[in-house]
Amino acid sequence: MPQGDYIDLFRKRQGYRPDFHERKRKREAREVHERSTKAQKTIGLKGKIYAKKRYAEKALMKKTLAMHEESSSRRKVDDEVHEGALPAYLLDREQTTRAKVLSNTIKQKRKEKAGRWEVPLPKVRPVAEDEMFKVVRTGKRKTKQWKRMVTKVTFVGPSFTRKPPKYERFIRPSGLRFSKAHVTHPELKCTFNLEIIGIKKNPNGAMYTSLGVITKGTIIEVNVSELGLVTPAGKVVWGKYAQVTNNPENDGCINAVLLV
Amino acid sequence: MMEIDEQPMEMNNTIATTTTMNMNTFNNNVMCLLTDSEGTPLGAPMYLPQNAGPLQLQEIVNKLLNNEEKLPYAFYILDKELVVQLGNYLEKNKVSVEKVLRIIYQPQAVFRIRPVNRCSSTIAGHIEAVLTVSFSPDGKHLASGSGDTTVRLWDLNTQTPLYTCTGHKNWVLCIAWSPDGKHLVSGSKAGEILSWDPQTGKQSGKPFNGHKKWITGISWEPVHLRSPCRRFVSSSKDGDARIWDVTLRKCVMSLTGHTLAVTCVKWGGDGMIYTGSQDRTIKVWETTHGKLIRELKDHGHWVNSLALSTEYVLRTGAFDHTGKQYSSPEEMKEAALVRYNKMKGNAPERLVSGSDDFTMFLWEPFVSKQPKAQLTGHQQPVNHVYFSPDGQWIASASFDKAVKLWNGVTGSFVANFRGHVGPVYQISWSADSRLILSGSKDSTLKVWDIHTLKLKHDLPGHADEVFAVDWSPDGEKVASGGKDRVLKLWM
Repeated sequence: MPQGDYIDLFRKRQGYRPDFHERKRKREAREVHERSTKAQKTIGLKGKIYAKKRYAEKALMKKTLAMHEESSSRRKVDDEVHEGALPAYLLDREQTTRAKVLSNTIKQKRKEKAGRWEVPLPKVRPVAEDEMFKVVRTGKRKTKQWKRMVTKVTFVGPSFTRKPPKYERFIRPSGLRFSKAHVTHPELKCTFNLEIIGIKKNPNGAMYTSLGVITKGTIIEVNVSELGLVTPAGKVVWGKYAQVTNNPENDGCINAVLLV
Repeated sequence: MMEIDEQPMEMNNTIATTTTMNMNTFNNNVMCLLTDSEGTPLGAPMYLPQNAGPLQLQEIVNKLLNNEEKLPYAFYILDKELVVQLGNYLEKNKVSVEKVLRIIYQPQAVFRIRPVNRCSSTIAGHIEAVLTVSFSPDGKHLASGSGDTTVRLWDLNTQTPLYTCTGHKNWVLCIAWSPDGKHLVSGSKAGEILSWDPQTGKQSGKPFNGHKKWITGISWEPVHLRSPCRRFVSSSKDGDARIWDVTLRKCVMSLTGHTLAVTCVKWGGDGMIYTGSQDRTIKVWETTHGKLIRELKDHGHWVNSLALSTEYVLRTGAFDHTGKQYSSPEEMKEAALVRYNKMKGNAPERLVSGSDDFTMFLWEPFVSKQPKAQLTGHQQPVNHVYFSPDGQWIASASFDKAVKLWNGVTGSFVANFRGHVGPVYQISWSADSRLILSGSKDSTLKVWDIHTLKLKHDLPGHADEVFAVDWSPDGEKVASGGKDRVLKLWM
């Protein structure tokens, strides 16, 4: 006779022990505390596995709770008047997010004329020349010191070919060249991975602009044709300016915010 | 028979006297057969001199048809308009002179609509996007529906807001004028329909409740079937179409049967209702008992838009380009019937449907349930189709940024109008069937010329997407509204 069946037999004959339910309740109440002390005590791989298991349990519990809550709570019928009215022929169609036109181009041109930009990062930390460039010693005896290597991220146009080494004063390392940037549209609050067209201005100096150096605060021109912006005259906008907001040489990517 | 045989001789003489020509070309005659657009020949084949051009042909046709006043005609050979002399045409296209040349003549409107080229005013007023604009059938009033839940009536003479009609609970999606111009009804996203008195801008009576979801289209009963106008049909997202009566102020009939949203509804001139739906079918209903007569199913995806060859006449009712006003409903009915019969000719009513499967079908629902032609060529869903006022052309607007022009009788492809850089949402014809207006997501309107098949005018000015365009039936003005919340009038 298996061991557990004696208990069954006993229960059939005598019923439960008088304190059975009390003890069961206490054991169950104690269990959570025991599990928690166990979770705190276990260390190392076992601890990790145990923590993961507990996390999964908790997440599942939360999800079921939320589901129950949703099914029990009554929601009102959606009859509010929403923003962004659409005609009947567009109501059933999925709309892609889309930037506003709102005569952006006019604003942009006016700003360009004034020569000054109202940009998200008005001031940047000046970058000294010895931080920007590393001296490369050349010559048979490595005595010549006229060559420089750019230590920052650069943008090099697609048609660029290197000069012969004798005339190449600045080296732009290919590992630090970028062709794309993550550009955030401030009004749409969404980010696109856009191609860089060119460098408009590096605040540290005209030389850096012409070299294509991208540091924090640099104004770059990006290709926005996939955003589908249109000018008031009905032409597609494809180049727009954006300002770099991070230190690309530290992060390994370029983050920028679109200037609108 | 004798008369017709003599005709070419006479014509030759007149041409010989009026035009300077040398004797060499005089002897080169071409065997021609003049037919109308349905293919019925006009007289026997005749010899025409090679230097006869459209002008001379026009004289011949006028003579043969015994027209008292001379009407303008356009001539087509194999769907190409004939603009040069016959001889030049033959040389250019290397057509054999041995065969009979079939020339199709098409009557043109006796009036001309001036193409719009400038914005005459920009009227602000709506505080949300303008979703629909519509001129009254006589072209004297203008109404617009907007996302701010109001319908507005505009004064066209001073170009200012006239009345603001509040009462809807949600976006006003569609508005429709009765063909006698006495009523204006509007449907909203909440599913209720309101009717307005355009003279005072007041709501007339209670709202028409019944639809459970938003209204997608409204169409009035043609005035030549019943005058004064009482009944109209509305289609809704909930899959029903309902016929309402403005005098009884209740739903007369409910046309149920579609399994998905009804996207478009049209009340035909023969007293039938056509509904196009997202369940890929077009259903034809009869209006006395609301029975389903026919089901047209060849589309592979949603049906977006329907157009009737007589739609423009049905919309304008008794009002024509002369601007005549009618005193009694009976008189109006008579005039509308005359106009309708003249427009329709002896051919049955044609229906064209544009769909999400990128194609369109041309139907003759009265004759058969098989399509007459399939119109392929668009590369994106076709959003709007529209017959020209004379029924000879079909224009279609698609999300592939193109407007295409098709022959309205045979359904053959005629021309492609490219130029928009965004999806084309809506199109509208001028009353003389010579110009098309298109409004697009790229914030511009464009006017296209049927004669030259080219862009006539580009109308930039809106700051955002253009949702609705309408060319007034009297041809004076164009109204457009869009996401930038202003109503623009062009002239």
